[in-house]
Amino acid sequence: MQRIGVFVCHCGTNIAGTVDVVAVAKALGQEPGVVFSTEYQYMCSESGQQLMRAAIREHKLTGVVVCSCSPRMHEATFRKAAALEGVNPYMVEIANIREHVSWIHKDMAEATEKAVILGRAAIAKVHLNAPLQAGESPVTKRALVIGGGIAGIQTALDIAEAGFEVDIVEKSPTIGGKMAQLDKTFPTLDCAACILTPKMVDAAQNEKINIFAYSELESVKGYIGNFKAQIRRKARFVDETKCTGCGICTEKCPQKKVPNEFNMGLDNRRAIYIPFAQAVPKVATIDANYCTMMKTGKCGICSKVCGTGAIDYTQKDTVIEREYGAIVVATGFNPIDAKVYNEYGYMDSPDVVTSLELERLMNAAGPTNGTLLRPSDKTHPHTIVFVQCVGSRCDETDERGKPYCSKICCMYTAKHAMLIREKYPDTDVYVFYIDVRTPGKNFDEFYRRAVEQYGVHYIKGQVGKVVEQNGKLHVQASDLLANEQLHIDADLVVLATAIEPDKTARSLGTMLTASMDTNDFFTEAHPKLRPVESPTAGIFLSGVCQGPKDIPETVSQASACAAKVIGVLAKDKLTCNPCVAHSDELLCNGCSSCEKVCPYGAISYSDKEFRGPNRTTLIRRVASVNPAVCQGCGACTVACPSGAMDLKGFSNKQIMAEVDAICK
Amino acid sequence: MKFSYYPGCTLKTKGKDLDRYGRLCAEALGVTLAELPDWQCCGAVYPMAKDEIATKLSAVRALASSRDEGTELVTLCSACHNVIKQVNHDMQTDADIALRVNNYLGLDTPYTGETTVLHYLEVLRDRVGFDAIKAAVKNPLTGRKIGAYYGCLLLRPGKVMRFDDPENPTILEDFIRAIGAEPVIYAMRNECCGGYIAVEDKGAAVKRSSAVLDNAAAKGADTLVTACPLCLYNLKKNGGRDDVAVVYFTELLAEALGVK
Amino acid sequence: MSHGNNAAEQVLRSSGVDVRKCMRCGKCTATCPAFDEMEYHPHQFVYMVEKGEIDKLAASPSIYKCLSCFACVERCPRGVEPAKLVEAVRLAVIRKQGMNHLATDAIPALLDEEMPQQALVSALRKYSK
Repeated sequence: MQRIGVFVCHCGTNIAGTVDVVAVAKALGQEPGVVFSTEYQYMCSESGQQLMRAAIREHKLTGVVVCSCSPRMHEATFRKAAALEGVNPYMVEIANIREHVSWIHKDMAEATEKAVILGRAAIAKVHLNAPLQAGESPVTKRALVIGGGIAGIQTALDIAEAGFEVDIVEKSPTIGGKMAQLDKTFPTLDCAACILTPKMVDAAQNEKINIFAYSELESVKGYIGNFKAQIRRKARFVDETKCTGCGICTEKCPQKKVPNEFNMGLDNRRAIYIPFAQAVPKVATIDANYCTMMKTGKCGICSKVCGTGAIDYTQKDTVIEREYGAIVVATGFNPIDAKVYNEYGYMDSPDVVTSLELERLMNAAGPTNGTLLRPSDKTHPHTIVFVQCVGSRCDETDERGKPYCSKICCMYTAKHAMLIREKYPDTDVYVFYIDVRTPGKNFDEFYRRAVEQYGVHYIKGQVGKVVEQNGKLHVQASDLLANEQLHIDADLVVLATAIEPDKTARSLGTMLTASMDTNDFFTEAHPKLRPVESPTAGIFLSGVCQGPKDIPETVSQASACAAKVIGVLAKDKLTCNPCVAHSDELLCNGCSSCEKVCPYGAISYSDKEFRGPNRTTLIRRVASVNPAVCQGCGACTVACPSGAMDLKGFSNKQIMAEVDAICK
Repeated sequence: MKFSYYPGCTLKTKGKDLDRYGRLCAEALGVTLAELPDWQCCGAVYPMAKDEIATKLSAVRALASSRDEGTELVTLCSACHNVIKQVNHDMQTDADIALRVNNYLGLDTPYTGETTVLHYLEVLRDRVGFDAIKAAVKNPLTGRKIGAYYGCLLLRPGKVMRFDDPENPTILEDFIRAIGAEPVIYAMRNECCGGYIAVEDKGAAVKRSSAVLDNAAAKGADTLVTACPLCLYNLKKNGGRDDVAVVYFTELLAEALGVK
Repeated sequence: MSHGNNAAEQVLRSSGVDVRKCMRCGKCTATCPAFDEMEYHPHQFVYMVEKGEIDKLAASPSIYKCLSCFACVERCPRGVEPAKLVEAVRLAVIRKQGMNHLATDAIPALLDEEMPQQALVSALRKYSK
């Protein structure tokens, strides 16, 4: 028989305001096996814990029930306190009478009754609890960073700085991501390339960092400390070790009509290309979809002009396998396709561009060498209309847009407007906005400068239709403060399209069993207190893959993420969760149901000898669980038809005892 | 291919050409349009209010009778199409409207939105196929520069009509290509011509329809095609241009198929 | 905001519109082809219904100027459907005895040779009961 102590927390008035805590302590004190029951103002406080520890000593408690907040908050606190008095931490149970009772009920009598019932269920469970010992597993001291944008680069640099090895896997031919495409950065207007490319070079030169560019993650197995990943290194048809990045091939290639993705399709590149001058690695890549040699077998010019013999038309994809202790997701974002918002004429006129396209049109390394020219006739635009919130902040029933604020658009539009007015003072610039959102250091000051110093016309309203006629873009819009409909003949219209997670995020989330929200942003373990960790142990989140953010915020998060990864890699051993599944071999019928549902690959089957009737030997196929891989999700225990699978700490018996206690 | 066919009031009177050529072309393409025997006028404008029941009844009668025939229901006039498709959507999704309509009508089998409503153009695209039409063309309209005029009723509301991308439609352009002409894309093709207000505010109708025609003309269209008798009337009467012809799409189809 | 205003509640019920979804972006008014003819514009219908100012809307010629083109319905990013409010206010007016906006005997004067039936039928639907 257990000797159980019950500790009811007031949580100030959080619980005590709705629950009669004295009555709860008294009622639970009557339960069988309970030898001590009390209440206290803050059980989690130092004195609360001292009170619990004294009671454990004095009453020789073997089990503890704390009626308090969610176990997510303080289960670890109370387990630690119990352990200090020699009670196994898994003999502590929490009855959540705050989130499940006081915060959702108003009537004190009802709430008190429910609190007693939940306490009783916890007591019933403790009666069946057994001490559990956490095992240990080793840690592979290397991290994987998925995505080589500014988020991935910063995380990798910080992890490497701490002395650990990092691999960056980037699907495009170079690292750098979206930031490499930007012109200037708000609110300081420093050039994006000037601050990004040194970091790219640092990453390339760092001995601890391996860059696998033009590569994709194929599969991931394992668990925190012990991941195994397969990485597909896509064929560039250029030997990375031989290519010097001289670029001669990219000048001589006769296939000149390939849309240049780095310049958002605003100009063309060759079939063999280096995305931009500061690419890392600076290695050419053949685009097999356009290469004449690859398609017809006739050409071979790049091979002839290459001084190092780096061209290899027969190169094949290779798959490498690497081991990691931690994985960082840094897959970033893309703007949504503006074609669904064709009331703005994006499909009808080349002079309707997205903000990212405008970045390229203003960038010295862009298709116009930094001179702002209309794509249609290469003339200087004199009237420019910016449309904010294209596809952001939409109702959840909306089929075109996103429900969230994309967060970066207000600031980059202020930047665009300001830069244009600075460089071309004869240009009229209109910004149609719903709200101007500028929380951030020096952000609102920046926006006000655009209005006050640069004379950008900010208009509270939206654009309803853009009609291209005779070379002008006729913009029909609302001015809500004037209660007018405006008609502006513009030369260029710029759409601040919403951003969305990269399309690869969803399948990656499945591969990593990392949870995502309905918008395909990765979910953090706790929105405030664990913002850079996925709920799946060993998976960390860096940058926009977790939610919209600008560069300073991305870099902060990337470094925070690195700190968390270093925390894992610095350990030689990790303590495992002892609440894992185990199979009763005598009951197992070998059906494989558990193996099929296990998301972690923790279950395997083997043939074992059993003693049969009349001294015979039977060979049976039975399941066994690798406790280091099992995450204790319990899927197998539900799938098992024979009742052989059970979860330590959450056994079928324990759960039924709780249900019985509640239904009593 | 057999369909129930709902012509609507205008196609029996001022919009006879839309109907006549539509039937001729259907025949030429092997499509049987069986006119519903007891159809009533749809009301020409969808009653948006949730507490309007009486004005939805004629559409439901047509829908139920098409269901009883076991065929899909084809409409040709944009307005009829809009009304009948939207009412059908109400019958599928609004339990209160469906209950009250059925209580009122007292059909042998209550109607709950079982019928598929197709516009004639959807039949061309999804049942016949534009490739088959291209193959059947005898007199391709080569050299003609034709602007599609969608107006409002074919496309909106997009979530209910499910006709085409409401901001970037292609069905009429694909049709124009199929009959051998060159489609002219212009931004005003899915903006309102002001037809509904032509009866009482001619000035407003003139402003809207001339904006449509001017934009189409600036883009080089010599002809606009429409599926709506009211748009046709309004663009012709109030558009203020005689250098752009406005015709029913069925007339051009008949011309191309050689059945005009 | 006034609550419990009967006329406003009737308009909300009849239209099925949730005015609280509006984020005041003004896209409806930006896209409205009948803007110049209207005294109150689509975004004002939304805000004024929310404030319970049905009388002002009901007395305004704006309720007869909506083209039922569904552009505001289609393009509203919040799914508010302002056109349904215009119709609901108009119905609240013309359902009253003697409040038809278009009398049957006024029609012949408005006709011309080519005008399709559709124009008349819809005008009667929209303007009278």
